Amino acid sequence: MAAALEILFTASFWVAAVRIASPLIFATLGELICERAGVLNLGIEGIMVAGAFAGWFTVYSGGDLWTGVAVAALTGAAFGLLHGLLTVPLGLSQHVTGIGITLLATSLTYYTYRLALPEVTSPPKIEAFRPLEIPLLADMPLVGPALFAQTPFTYLAFAAAALVAWLLYRTPLGLALRAAGENPDALEAQGLSVTAIRMGAVAAGSALMAVGGAFLTMSAFNSFFFEMVNGRGWVCIALVVFGSWRPGKALLGAILFGAFDAYQVRLQGVVGDAVPYQVFLMLPYVLSILALVAVSRRASYPKALMVPYRKGER
Amino acid sequence: MGQAAPVVLRLEGVTKRFGPLTANDAISFELRRGEVVALLGENGAGKTTLMSILFGHYLADAGRVEVEGRPLPPGDTRAALAAGLAMVHQHFTLADSMSVLENIALGTQPLWAPRLDRGRALARIREMSADFGLEVDPAARIADLSVGERQRVEILKALYREARVLILDEPTAVLTPQESEALFATLRRLVARGLAIIFISHKLGEVMAVSDRVLVLRAGRLVGERATADTDRHALAELMVGAEIPRPDIGPAQPGPMLVEMKGVTAGGLGPVDLALRGGEITGIAGVSGNGQAALAEVLSGTLAPQAGTLAIEGRAAGAWSPRAALAAGIARVPEDRHGVGVIGDMSVTENLVAEAYRAPAFSRRGWMKRPATRDFARRVIRDYEVKCPGPEAPARLLSGGNMQKLILGRALDGEPRIILASQPTRGLDVGAVAYVHARLLEARARGAAVLLISEDLDEIMALSDRIHVISRGRLSPPSARGELSIREIGARMAGLGFDHAA
Repeated sequence: MAAALEILFTASFWVAAVRIASPLIFATLGELICERAGVLNLGIEGIMVAGAFAGWFTVYSGGDLWTGVAVAALTGAAFGLLHGLLTVPLGLSQHVTGIGITLLATSLTYYTYRLALPEVTSPPKIEAFRPLEIPLLADMPLVGPALFAQTPFTYLAFAAAALVAWLLYRTPLGLALRAAGENPDALEAQGLSVTAIRMGAVAAGSALMAVGGAFLTMSAFNSFFFEMVNGRGWVCIALVVFGSWRPGKALLGAILFGAFDAYQVRLQGVVGDAVPYQVFLMLPYVLSILALVAVSRRASYPKALMVPYRKGER
Repeated sequence: MGQAAPVVLRLEGVTKRFGPLTANDAISFELRRGEVVALLGENGAGKTTLMSILFGHYLADAGRVEVEGRPLPPGDTRAALAAGLAMVHQHFTLADSMSVLENIALGTQPLWAPRLDRGRALARIREMSADFGLEVDPAARIADLSVGERQRVEILKALYREARVLILDEPTAVLTPQESEALFATLRRLVARGLAIIFISHKLGEVMAVSDRVLVLRAGRLVGERATADTDRHALAELMVGAEIPRPDIGPAQPGPMLVEMKGVTAGGLGPVDLALRGGEITGIAGVSGNGQAALAEVLSGTLAPQAGTLAIEGRAAGAWSPRAALAAGIARVPEDRHGVGVIGDMSVTENLVAEAYRAPAFSRRGWMKRPATRDFARRVIRDYEVKCPGPEAPARLLSGGNMQKLILGRALDGEPRIILASQPTRGLDVGAVAYVHARLLEARARGAAVLLISEDLDEIMALSDRIHVISRGRLSPPSARGELSIREIGARMAGLGFDHAA
C-alpha cells in the first residue's frame, strides 16, 4: 500500500501525467471552442488522427517541427470547415455529421499513409520535440520537472489554455462566440453573423484538435501508427463537460486524467500479476466517469448547443 | 407634435409579396423626431413583415426606405443598426446566462480587438440608466432578471447603439400593468430626448395612451392614419378589422349545479382558497401577474395536486389528482402558455388536436391509431373553429398566435365539456381573435358549462364574468357579482386591500 502511495511523490509520475495530458489539453480546448459556439464536434477523434499523421508526415518529408504543427492545424481546420459547412449553413444533425467526419478523417488518413509509405513494415521515426528545461524553475521539487522540464509543445498547450480563456472572456470576439452558443438570435439582432462566428469557431477548434493529435506523433512518440489516438478524442468530449465548458477547469480535468493514466501504469508495476492488467487500463476511465458525475451535475451547458440556427424561422 | 420636427424615417411604396399573398402593399409613411407612432393591426396584417424589411431580414419587391434623408440599403441588418434603427422584439434576443453588460456590449466593439473594454461599457450603461430611469444592475445575469427588467436591457441595448428610431413589437404583451406603466413613462422620456418611436400593438387602450399618431394596417395595406387626439378606441377598432366588431351579447346567467368545489386548497404558493364554480356561469379571477394564478390553473388542470384541502368535481371528491384524472373528470383546459404547454410545435395540427383524446375508442383501437378518424376530426375542427392553417398535416408552429389558440379551443371545447379552464385565453391576440375566443366561452356558458376565466386583462374579466374573485398573494377574495364592484374597487383589491395580508 505504501508503495502505491509513494508513486505520487516521484517526479517521473508527474512528468508523465503532464505529458499524457498535453494532447488532451489541446483537443479539449478545441472541442470547448466548438461547443461554446453551439456546435458539438464528434469529428474530434478522426481529426486527431489526421493531425497526428499530417504533423508527423510533414517532418518525415523534411519540414521542420513547427511547420509540422502548422500543417496539422491547417488539416484540422479543413475538416472543421467541412463539419461546419454541413452543420451550420446546412443545419444537419451534429451527432451524425461528427461521427461521419471521424470515420472519414480516420480512413482517409490510413489510406494516405498507405499511399505515401507503401513499402514500410515498421513505422518510420522522426526527430521529435525534445524536453526544454527552464533554468531555476525546473529545479523545484515535483512541480519543477512536471511543469518546466517538458517539450516546447507542452508549453504551447498551457499557453493555448490561457489564450482561449482570454479570448472567451476578455475579447469582443469571445463574447460573440459565447452568444452564438447561448442565443444566436441575440447575436443576429446585434448585426453579427451566426454562420460566420460558428464556422470560424468550428474551424479554429478543429485546428486545435489536430494539433493535439500531432502532439502524439511529434512529442509523446516519434512515429505514426494506426490506432494511436485510441479514444482520446472521446475522453476530451467528457473533459469539456467535466470542465463545465470553462478552459481553466478543462485544463485541470486533462491533467487529472493524465495523472490517472500515469498512475495506473505505475500501479501495474507495484501490484504485479495479482490483478489482470486490463483492470488498470480501465481505471482512468472509471475514475473519469466518477469525477464527471461528481462535478458536472450542476454544470450549465451552452443553451443553443446542438440547435441549428436558421435565420428568421419561427 | 410640431409639424416642424424633422423626418427621421420615410417609407415610400414598400411592397412585399410572398407568392400570391401581398404582405405589404405600397406602404408609405413618415416618422418624425420626437413622436410616438403606433402601428396598429391584427395579426397577419403585415406589421412584422414591414419591420423585417426595415431590418434587412426580407428584401422588399418595391419601394424605398430613407433614414434621415439617406436611402437605407436593402437586406442589410448591420446598415439598419448603423443608421440608427433599433428594435425590441416581442421575444427578447438576450443570452440568459450572460450578464447585462455583456448582452449590451455584444457586437458594439470591433470584433478583432484584443480586449473587450468593459470599463467604458459599464460607465455608459450606468449613465444611460440614470438618464432614462432604466434601472438595472449591469453585472446581473439575464436569467436572474424579471421580464420587465429584461425589456429595460433591450431598450438599453438600443440606446447604447445611439438609436434614433426605436421600434417596439408588442412590448406590453409580457408585462404586468405596473411594468407597462413604467414602460410608457420611459417612452415619454425617450421622445422628449428626440428619439422617434414606432409602437406596434393591437391593444387599443395602450395605443390611445401612449401614441401621438396611429397608423392602421389591414391585410397588408395602410388603411388609415389618425392623430390620436382626434380619434377613439371604437373608430380605431373598426379601421383595424374593417367592420364594426359586435359587442358580445351577454344574457343573464342561468346558474346550474355546482360543478367544482375547492375548500381550503393549498398548492405551490396558492391558498388556502375556497372556490365554487357553477354551471352556466363564468367565474373570473382578476389579479396582478404572479399572485398565484398559475398555481390555481395548474390545480384545476391536474398538473399540480393539492397539498391540503378538498377538491370535488360534480359533487364527488377527486381522488388521485393528475392531468389524466382532470381530463377524465371532463375539465377542458386552455393553458396560459400556448407555445410551451398548449401545443407541440413540431407535431402536426392533427396530432395536436388528438393529443388529449388519442386513447379514446374514436381514435385508437387496441393501441393502434385510427389515422383516417383523426384526420376527419382535424378537418372538422379546422372548419368549425376557423383555424387558418396550410392543412391538417402542417406543423403547429407555423400557425399564428390567434390560430394556435383556435386550435386549442377546438381541442378543448369540441366535446362540449362541463368544466372549462381558460387561463389568459386572449393574451397576445388581436381584436378579431379576442372577440372569437370570448364568443366561444359565452357559448359554452349558454349551454351550461362552468367556466373559470383567469386573466390579467381587467376589462376582459369585467366584461365576461358573472362572478369575480380577486387573487392576491395566493389568496382569493370573496366573490362579487357582475356589476357589484367598480373597476376601481377591483383595482384596490388587486393591490391587496381587504386581504388579511394587507394589514
